Amino acid sequence: MSVSYENSKVVFQGIKDAGITSLSALPETWLGLLLQQAERDPDVTLIQVAKEEEAIGVAAGAYFAGERHILLMQNHGFLAAINGIVSLAMLYGIPLCMLIALRGHWGEPYPWHTRGGIVTEGVLRALNIPFEYARSPKEVGRQIREAYTFSQSSLSPVALLLTRDLMEEAL
Amino acid sequence: MLYPELDDKPVVTIMGACAQELYDLGHKENFFYLQHAMGLASSVGLGIALHLPREKVVVLDGDGSVLMNLGTLATLARYRPRNLVHIIFDNGSLLSTGGFDSHTTSGITDLAAMARAAGIGHVAAVDSVMGFGEAAIDAFARNDFSVIVVKVSAVGPNHYGMDLQLPENAFRFKRWIAARKTAARTPAEAL
Repeated sequence: MSVSYENSKVVFQGIKDAGITSLSALPETWLGLLLQQAERDPDVTLIQVAKEEEAIGVAAGAYFAGERHILLMQNHGFLAAINGIVSLAMLYGIPLCMLIALRGHWGEPYPWHTRGGIVTEGVLRALNIPFEYARSPKEVGRQIREAYTFSQSSLSPVALLLTRDLMEEAL
Repeated sequence: MLYPELDDKPVVTIMGACAQELYDLGHKENFFYLQHAMGLASSVGLGIALHLPREKVVVLDGDGSVLMNLGTLATLARYRPRNLVHIIFDNGSLLSTGGFDSHTTSGITDLAAMARAAGIGHVAAVDSVMGFGEAAIDAFARNDFSVIVVKVSAVGPNHYGMDLQLPENAFRFKRWIAARKTAARTPAEAL
């Protein structure tokens, strides 16, 4: 299975169309092509972190600076970032717009991704983080824009889960 | 000694003694106290500094917090925010939570050496008031990312508490930055 080049372009264009100028990310397979485009784009600042919880701090700093910022991470990175999400973003009312690659779910061939994939939705619900699944290249641009808008109006973390349907080439 | 220098700079502090002592000297709208989420103060500082290149950003950190987010040293080295001064108060103690020894006690772990090995060019390690003053003057004057690791005694304030709600601190800090940006964009003759 390979990552969809076309849909990675569509997702990146959705990010651009939402007026996003700054991204923090930890690279992972499904996000690779997307991040390559961000790296090449002179209008986007890409900050690559060593661990996803750092990105929560970077996103808060970008928000304070008045920058339109989103976070890109794998769901396991989301799980690794929870204390920052709870005790920085939620505690202080700082919005986070998170695009999360949902590994380890329907169709997942790799055992190591499965536990994280199985618990991701439950953890999002437990944290009361609003989320949606992005499955179609036709919808994802609108979903990114709406996720960002909602994060800013609610001063809350929100998550858009990037699914296999969207991120991998169809068989 | 540091306090007057912080007048016109976005400042991010960690929780505990660091936040309380700064607050007790007199709160300013440009101070953000990260009262939880240990380790992320320097990441917040990075996010501010990269997007506001004309501001000098100051992070007041501690050994316990840095130890919780060592990756930040590598990220800071990679992006090298030239307008950021990262001060790590190393008291060798998890003071605010009961004073347990941290890994830096008795020099077991050397944070300044770790910062240098992460690839940070300007790292000062000081253990006196004079030494700290000189390192701080250098760091504030330098147009490059600077880290100061300063050994301090494990002594904190005898009280904790602020007349400032946490979201209120965030809202006001963001407003202060927004007002600075507006002022910087407005030509002097138009004022």
